[in-house]
Amino acid sequence: MSAVMTDPAAAAKYQRFGRPLWRRLLLRTETAIILAIVLLIIIATATVPYFAQPYTYLTMLLNSAPILLMLIPVTLIIITGEIDLSVGSVLGFSSVIFGLSYAAGVPLLVAAVLAIVGGGLIGLFNGVLVTVVGLPSLAVTIGTLALFRGIAVGLLGTRAVTDFPEEVLGFVISPIFGSPLPMVTVAILVLVVAFAVLLHFTPFGRGVFAIGLSPEAAAFSGVRVNRTKLILFVLSGLVASATGVYYTLQYSNAIGTNGYGFELQVVTAIVLGGVSIWGGRGTLLGALAGGVLIAALNKTLQLAGIGSDTISIVTGAALIFSVVVASVAGSISRRRRGKASAIAAGA
Amino acid sequence: MKFTFSKASRKRGVAAVVTVAASAILLTGCVAPTGDDSGDGDANASGSITVIPKSLGNKYFEASDKGAAEAADELGLTFTEAGPTATGSADQVPFIQTAIQTGQGAIAIAANDPAAVCNDLKAAQSAGVKVVAYDTDTDCRDVFINQATVDGIAQGLVDLTSAHLGPDGGTIAILSGGANAANLNAWVDRITAIIEEDHPEITIAKVAYGDDIDEKAYQEAQGLIQSIPDLDAIIAPDTVSVKEAAHYLADTPEYQGKVWVTGLGLPSEMVEYIDSGVIEQFGLWNPEDLGYLASYAAQALINGDITGAEGETFEAGKLGEYTVGPDGEVVLGPMFVFDSSNVGDFSF
Repeated sequence: MSAVMTDPAAAAKYQRFGRPLWRRLLLRTETAIILAIVLLIIIATATVPYFAQPYTYLTMLLNSAPILLMLIPVTLIIITGEIDLSVGSVLGFSSVIFGLSYAAGVPLLVAAVLAIVGGGLIGLFNGVLVTVVGLPSLAVTIGTLALFRGIAVGLLGTRAVTDFPEEVLGFVISPIFGSPLPMVTVAILVLVVAFAVLLHFTPFGRGVFAIGLSPEAAAFSGVRVNRTKLILFVLSGLVASATGVYYTLQYSNAIGTNGYGFELQVVTAIVLGGVSIWGGRGTLLGALAGGVLIAALNKTLQLAGIGSDTISIVTGAALIFSVVVASVAGSISRRRRGKASAIAAGA
Repeated sequence: MKFTFSKASRKRGVAAVVTVAASAILLTGCVAPTGDDSGDGDANASGSITVIPKSLGNKYFEASDKGAAEAADELGLTFTEAGPTATGSADQVPFIQTAIQTGQGAIAIAANDPAAVCNDLKAAQSAGVKVVAYDTDTDCRDVFINQATVDGIAQGLVDLTSAHLGPDGGTIAILSGGANAANLNAWVDRITAIIEEDHPEITIAKVAYGDDIDEKAYQEAQGLIQSIPDLDAIIAPDTVSVKEAAHYLADTPEYQGKVWVTGLGLPSEMVEYIDSGVIEQFGLWNPEDLGYLASYAAQALINGDITGAEGETFEAGKLGEYTVGPDGEVVLGPMFVFDSSNVGDFSF
């Protein structure tokens, strides 16, 4: 096969057998997820009373914003084949640092910077343990998940800081100029675009995919594996702690239990969006679409008066369904491609 | 060759279409049944109440929501129970949002966090939805249905104990939970004060702490009974302590009938000790009545009979008339006493 590939004429011939662009787009997991979101919204608008109101979209985004924000850097970490399960605890830790500093008289902005820097340091700690010490990220981030949740709850105890300035709180939850979208949508979009460019259009991003496919091969190809991972863990810590500041202001509530269990919602959205948990495959758009699909599903079922136990069952079933379909489609495609390559090589 | 490729892509195309269609069916299946319910909701927009417990699957809240449903039924309110499966601070928020959108007349909520639900409860209030807090107060509600006051609980436990000891009185001990638990300490302080003022015949020998841990509470009960020879009674104002004190008595028949135990307990945990006669009575409040009163308070708010101001009164069916106290608090009533005649009726 390599002989065929090195022959430019054969390579050109091979390329022509690729599917047309529109069909390649249609066959992607993220396309299926986006279609599912559109279908869901059409069905919900038609059958669920009150769904068509702007308030539905406003609250849907407000409720899911923390997950949508945090999943952005974690997607890149999962594509390298690592994982960051500490994000929920980093959110809680940052919320407590933010609340305590503000209550101690530190100006709001400085308190926010303190909290975000704290989150970046936790990310650095995760990254150093994974890259320098060489520990598995699953173990490391489960450790920091427990560690920083404990510190967060310990620092504030059963107290809560709730007296944040009204005008800031009002701004955080207000819609953008009469649209049904809350202010945080801007932050989500800016972060998604920035990280999508980083992941899909830079050498750094190609390195991220290469690490996920094979860290050894990536290292031999000149990808700085450890540096890449370290940067991603720090970015994840920074985004999770910034989300912590946002979450604190959204609910006007700094307590140690904020963001409890969010890490699994983040991973669920990413995997639903077609990102391989083994690394090397996936897109940021898919992960974001996965998060939005879960948010839309939750909102629809809640408005339809369906209990949260059932909602949990539906979300779980949707995840398993999507993973099974992706896996079956993947294995069919691999078999076909294998045959096709054999035929191409034979020719 | 070409044939192979087009066949492959056609098959994958079919697979993708099937995937999308299947998701659509999956989603439709979930959403479909809703059309039926909407009619009711629209018809009685203000005649409806959504009860949001701390979490689903909690027997205590199942009991309170049962009471709320019973009252809603008597009042002709459309009743909905909706709540999260977890107790995170903001987990109840989506259910408040749904109640606003479906135009409920009132929300009754036992908030997991007094502050986190406030944005949305305020939004509900400005949308004309009345907000009743029950079991746990929140920072933004019209009235709070308080299951028990410190006085009510302390007086109830002292009355049970003095009725048992009779005019001669005796020596008692208090077995509390955590030494730093604010509500427990308030009860213990009040019990001590009431005994000092009204019951000179009763002596409190010691206050011990079981720390909310089964083994620790068991050992503390053992310590009290063995180290105070003339001990007549133990008051345990904490569910773990009263259960373990009863447990120790059940294990040591020589003290049964000599040391008498009462406290605040859960019927599901205490029923075996009541049935075997190890203890006679214990107190708590009746969560069914709590939910029942919450529904009646919601109806009074919807009707405009009350606004949450001190001194207003409303009728609450079988429970009688209630008065709104300071800060919009409505107190359910004196401590509810469980004994062999009623303990089996409760499942929480």
